Amino acid sequence: MTRFASKLKTGSASFKKNRADMLALIDKLNELNARAPALSASKAERFQKRGQLMPRERLARILDPGMPFLAIGNVAGYLLDTDDESKSIPGGTIISGIGFIGGARCAVVVDDSGIQAGAMTEAGGYRLRRAQEVALQQKLPFIHLVESAGANLLGYTVGGFVVGGGLFANLARLSAAGLPVISILHGSSTAGGAYMPGLSDYVIAVKGNGKAFLAGPPLLKAATGEIARDDELGGAEMHASVSGLADYLADNDAEACAILREVVARLGWNDHAAPAREREFAPPAYDPDEIAGITPVDYRTPYDFREIAARVADGSDLLDFKPRYGVSTICLQAEVFGRAVSFIGNNGPIDPDGATKAAQFLQLQDQAGTPVVFMQNTTGYLVGKQYERGGMIKHGSKMIQAVTNIRVPRLTFMIGASYGAGNYGMCGRGYDPDFCYAWPNASVGVMGGEQAATVMEIVARAQAKDALDEEAQKRLDMQGKMLTHLFDRQSSAFYVSGHLLDDGVIDPRDTRNVLGFLLETVDEGKRRAPCPNAFGVSRM
Amino acid sequence: MAKKINSLLVANRGEIAVRIFETAKRLGIKTIAVYSDIDAGAMHVEMADRAVAIGGAAASESYLVAERIIEAAKSAGADAIHPGYGFLSENASFARAVRDAGLIFVGPSAEAIEIMGDKARAKRAMIAAGVPVIPGYQDDDQTDEALCREAGKIGFPLIVKAAAGGGGKGMRLVDDAVKLNDALAAARAEAQAAFGSSVLLLEKAISDARHVEIQIFGDEAGNYVHLGERDCSAQRRSQKIIEEAPSPGVNEKLRSAMGAAAINAARAVDYAGAGTVEFLLGPEDEFYFLEMNTRIQVEHPVTECVTGFDLVEWQLRVAEGVNLPAAQSDIELNCHAIEARLYAEDPAAGFLPASGDILLFETDESVRVDSGVRTGDAVSPYYDPMIAKITAYGADREDARNKLVSALRKTVVLGLATNRDFLLELLTSDAFAAGRMTTRYVEARGVYEPSSISGDEFLLASTILFVLERDDAFQRSTGIAVDLLNWSSGAPLASAFDFEIENERRTVSLTPLHDGGVMIDGHEIEVAFCSDEEALLVIDGEAQSVFFTRTESALYIASETRIFTAMTSLAKASAAEAASGLVTAPMHGVVSEICVAEGDKVAEGDRLCILEAMKMRHEIAAPKAGPVASIHAETGAQIASGDIILEIGDLEKSA
Repeated sequence: MTRFASKLKTGSASFKKNRADMLALIDKLNELNARAPALSASKAERFQKRGQLMPRERLARILDPGMPFLAIGNVAGYLLDTDDESKSIPGGTIISGIGFIGGARCAVVVDDSGIQAGAMTEAGGYRLRRAQEVALQQKLPFIHLVESAGANLLGYTVGGFVVGGGLFANLARLSAAGLPVISILHGSSTAGGAYMPGLSDYVIAVKGNGKAFLAGPPLLKAATGEIARDDELGGAEMHASVSGLADYLADNDAEACAILREVVARLGWNDHAAPAREREFAPPAYDPDEIAGITPVDYRTPYDFREIAARVADGSDLLDFKPRYGVSTICLQAEVFGRAVSFIGNNGPIDPDGATKAAQFLQLQDQAGTPVVFMQNTTGYLVGKQYERGGMIKHGSKMIQAVTNIRVPRLTFMIGASYGAGNYGMCGRGYDPDFCYAWPNASVGVMGGEQAATVMEIVARAQAKDALDEEAQKRLDMQGKMLTHLFDRQSSAFYVSGHLLDDGVIDPRDTRNVLGFLLETVDEGKRRAPCPNAFGVSRM
Repeated sequence: MAKKINSLLVANRGEIAVRIFETAKRLGIKTIAVYSDIDAGAMHVEMADRAVAIGGAAASESYLVAERIIEAAKSAGADAIHPGYGFLSENASFARAVRDAGLIFVGPSAEAIEIMGDKARAKRAMIAAGVPVIPGYQDDDQTDEALCREAGKIGFPLIVKAAAGGGGKGMRLVDDAVKLNDALAAARAEAQAAFGSSVLLLEKAISDARHVEIQIFGDEAGNYVHLGERDCSAQRRSQKIIEEAPSPGVNEKLRSAMGAAAINAARAVDYAGAGTVEFLLGPEDEFYFLEMNTRIQVEHPVTECVTGFDLVEWQLRVAEGVNLPAAQSDIELNCHAIEARLYAEDPAAGFLPASGDILLFETDESVRVDSGVRTGDAVSPYYDPMIAKITAYGADREDARNKLVSALRKTVVLGLATNRDFLLELLTSDAFAAGRMTTRYVEARGVYEPSSISGDEFLLASTILFVLERDDAFQRSTGIAVDLLNWSSGAPLASAFDFEIENERRTVSLTPLHDGGVMIDGHEIEVAFCSDEEALLVIDGEAQSVFFTRTESALYIASETRIFTAMTSLAKASAAEAASGLVTAPMHGVVSEICVAEGDKVAEGDRLCILEAMKMRHEIAAPKAGPVASIHAETGAQIASGDIILEIGDLEKSA
């Protein structure tokens, strides 16, 4: 047992400043998180009139009360729908995450039909796809509560149309992988959306409101001139008794949710996974709440990553690997909720020693089968004559190779800077970690805005050969400002997450819970033996 | 003439059989139980050394069949039979047959039973012995003419009683001459049905009277003592529900006078054993002989508490021919005891007896509990629905009353209607607290209406269901850290529960808090403790202890102030039924009305039938439209939760 001895001074001015800065960002996160629920809830009357439950009420009824829930893509779509920071609604008309139904861990997607009638958006498509990928990777049943106006024709893009087909392919893959796809048809599901129930293994349709058709009455009239009522074209009762698309007919949303719970219960899902060993563990010796005061919002101020790990790991018990070698790359072995986990963190840029240390450490984790958590806070691999000559490229590559090819679960947290190849070497999104979450202070980019401006200025000066005249200098200053803004705006955690580059933004103080939940998720996936088949289950 | 009892058969069931066995075991006497078919697993059977089956569930096929019981006693080698109370306990021919079979009958002589069992004869005997009796008529001329004439002499109000009766059957209070003829006819019919004799007697009704009874004991040597009185004024339907000793209306002088009168009554019939002489005590301390019960009384525990004697032991000793273990001067009444009878019955429905499974039965350890049932047992419609007698013993009346109230609040019976909340209301009423209870109090205060639900019921039900469902999911998961219970990565995630509590339907939205508590409608509820049947919840800072049990369709909850049922799984139940067209009972109950006939076409939501259960009349509505294909239940029938009531066919097929 090696309990880390914290050097943190919670009474210090820097702690207080860091904490105040971080709490402001957390407030912003909470405010963003609250936008979609508030907008959706404002449509309550419309739902009530139709005898429907609100999307979040449906979610409340399918999930086990009090069991944990992890949102996927909570900030997705922020600043994608509009450039106006105060008006943008994160979430993309989808609620998605991992939750429990009758004790079975499931990937859950709920169309937020309180917003744009649940019309598909780019961000919504991303959340749907991520939930499907997670279900496939972690071997989870896939649950979808469908009520969508379909694709918004006014926002049509051919790319979205073509790529969007993959969402249906994923359903077929899930079914073939032995991962049941279960959907409730709460409202309409038109055109492409009709394949959501079509490609589900189990369909529960709600009488009256549930509808599915390849072409709704307007498109049908436009396409063939045929005039049909929507209930005869694709009403729930028709699908339950004539077309056979629906397997269970529910009187209303609440019944549909109850039926879904029963369908999941009857899977006997956890009979196919060895139960986890009972684990005893101690909470961290230092309060996770203090994380807010450790991390300076300005990533250029260094701090000891171990202080963070000590507030995430069980008992703050950390085994430091090669602490005297490659000292700014921190490799720690620890446990979270009693499960073995290894951390790689940064106390600064990665140097050749740090890269080789990390590469070895990663291979050791692969050998032991221990999940690796990357906690990114690096401005990249060190540059300069000394480092280039010391083989920084090859050592960095070695690390990137290891990061890419280890076979253990990889979980990435963007907790500060994520610049340059550091993003790659620390398992950025391009490296397909199992999950990737960000803190609200995280900053991502190929380089910082200031650096970019400086680079461009140096290049410009080099090209000009002579000294710059006043006007050229003005242009250069302007360009510098533009570049700084261009880079910095895109580097903010909310922007990055809004642009669908991670699985969401979390409260840093909640990292232990998020990580614990993820470790349980990946561990359960490893223990599970589903019953795959070749083609998926056909709807008869 | 000592005849040692080595082996005792108790010709009874339930709490009194258990009570008698306890003393027998303590005295080293071998115990033999008898049981009807449905009592095979009953508590009294399990605790006896031997048990003999004696026939069908109906008492007339088992506990009332003298020959079978005597046969059982012989086959099991019993040398004595204790009849308990009820059943054959006051049946003179049974007493005779037992003795004729060479067995000891734990009770008085057949002759004493016979005389006291005939109210008219008893009254004449008492008049002869100088025991004060209520002015009335108890002669053989049973014509309406004679009865009306005598009634005129006695004056109104008066009581018409079955001469052979007891327990309020065949009894009518008549406050006006014009109502007399109807009352006579009704009482006759009831008396004939209940006792096989339509002989009636008339008695002046004493208003504002207390029911005070004296416990007496006699032995074969002719010694008599009384063990003070019991006050049994709290009654419903002329049956006692709360009894106490001593009576708040009896002082030492009155006690001596009543005791002497009671001993006189006993001596008049050469009484040996335990007996109870019941008196009406008027407001001016005037008392009148009512009747004598020639058996151990239900309410004997209060006397045991204040005297310190084991009355069953005395009964056995006297039956063995041993002299009374104490003289009058040895008997003192110390402190105060109050007993409440916990019944499976519905106070709001005129105290209609209830039956069904006891899903949970918990009692408070600080008081004496006499009971013959346990969690998991059933209260059957065949026998008296008493579940338990709860007896509190305190330094004085107020102390005993407070202890009883506290104990009752901790007494939990879930699964069927009980009078617990009614008892609590009665015990805390001003009239009872002040010792001013009269036999007509309950009747006079009108129909019992439980206080309407406050809303707290929904808080309790949803918090408990939340914890149960969460813990169930937790158990069924493949292992998550408890730290993650109530956790969500974003804002807390609400849960929704649908309940129906006493006909009020609500959907409760509950938000888990990461500290383990929950938030409902602005109320913060801390779950301090929650097992699978007991919880300690702190609602807005106020702690509440509750017991509960859960079935597929209901959550039964007992708080300290209220026992109620929260119907759950409403959506699921109706969905399944809608699909199948099968209409099933949501809970145990009696089908009080079937509103449709086979072949009727019903619309969705139409009333199909009414099920009476848990203090409520439940309307069962059609889950879907269609023709009534078949009716499975019968009006008046007791049905269990999940039983099919009727079936609705498909609309298309019928068209």
